[in-house]
Amino acid sequence: MGLFTGLRNSIARVTSSLFSGGQRQRRIGIYGPPNAGKTTLANRIARDWTGDAVGPESHIPHETRRARRKEDIEIERNGKSVSIDIVDTPGVATKVDYTEFLEHDMEEDDAVRRSREATEGVAEAMHWLREDVDGVIYVLDAAEDPFTQVNTMLVGIIESQDLPVLIFANKIDLDEASVQRINNAFPQHETVPLSALEGDNMDEVYDKIAEYFG
Amino acid sequence: MSEAHDDPGTDGDAGGDDEIDAENADDGSGVQIDMISGERMDGLTSMEKIRLILDGVHDGNIVILEEGLDPDEESKLIEVTMAEISPDEFTGIEIETYPGTEQQGNGGFFDRLLGRESRTKLTVIGPANRLETLHKDETLISALVTRR
Repeated sequence: MGLFTGLRNSIARVTSSLFSGGQRQRRIGIYGPPNAGKTTLANRIARDWTGDAVGPESHIPHETRRARRKEDIEIERNGKSVSIDIVDTPGVATKVDYTEFLEHDMEEDDAVRRSREATEGVAEAMHWLREDVDGVIYVLDAAEDPFTQVNTMLVGIIESQDLPVLIFANKIDLDEASVQRINNAFPQHETVPLSALEGDNMDEVYDKIAEYFG
Repeated sequence: MSEAHDDPGTDGDAGGDDEIDAENADDGSGVQIDMISGERMDGLTSMEKIRLILDGVHDGNIVILEEGLDPDEESKLIEVTMAEISPDEFTGIEIETYPGTEQQGNGGFFDRLLGRESRTKLTVIGPANRLETLHKDETLISALVTRR
């Protein structure tokens, strides 16, 4: 399936850019599991090209509970300019238990509220994935096992929408990181290693964004 | 083990007479497993399938789908699950599927060329507070089911 999915995605990319005349703003959703570093990446991209951040970062899961959009990000690569909107989404999960937040020294009321906001945010992000994005950056923590059902399902859902997708193996600054493990999990897609926190390999990140979404 | 045998109808109510079985499972004497055939799911709309699954899971049952869901239905299942999570009552679902996306497409060249994929995709879904995946690899799902 990988070969044909890749071929289909390539055709979709070329067709889309032909009909858009290269001018249309592409809406790129940043998806992935909680704590993969999606907001850190969104902030890195936004700061590098606009000077502003997208949202607060935290080690507590579901810090991002509402999708945040940063519009008109102009990325210049190899003499060409690519204009995108990036949408930082809540980490996708099939379960949210408010008691997990209590372990982060949170009061129960705050934990329950966080849980409610997180579930609403994930539902919204899933809806948008079907309706409202032109491409996807799927962020994974390279230090974690990528073979999870949520990752498999999400990548399958993205493929079924014929959306161009780039897989980013984030947190390569960590000793336990393994980009190869992510490559093995999703061989049908290109995996780009990076550290959004440290800013490692961002040149390749921008090259690939321009190539896939430009 | 019992196969779900209610008719979800068109109003999304997938409950019916299974509630009696769910009560038996709920009293701590066991865990009910609903094994739903592909044939049974064939006649349902996406939302009816999701309702059938989530009603079973809300009752504390483990639901096994012979043919799984398509990606669009999986997306809606996550969306509806999130909408139904509530503190102290329902914390969501645990879900595992065989084969995973990366292992599908075992058909022949023409099947892949024409976008035809094997429909065989066994899926296990249960309440997150009762079903825990202990291990999953290319040939085995090992799960722990706990009573309430």
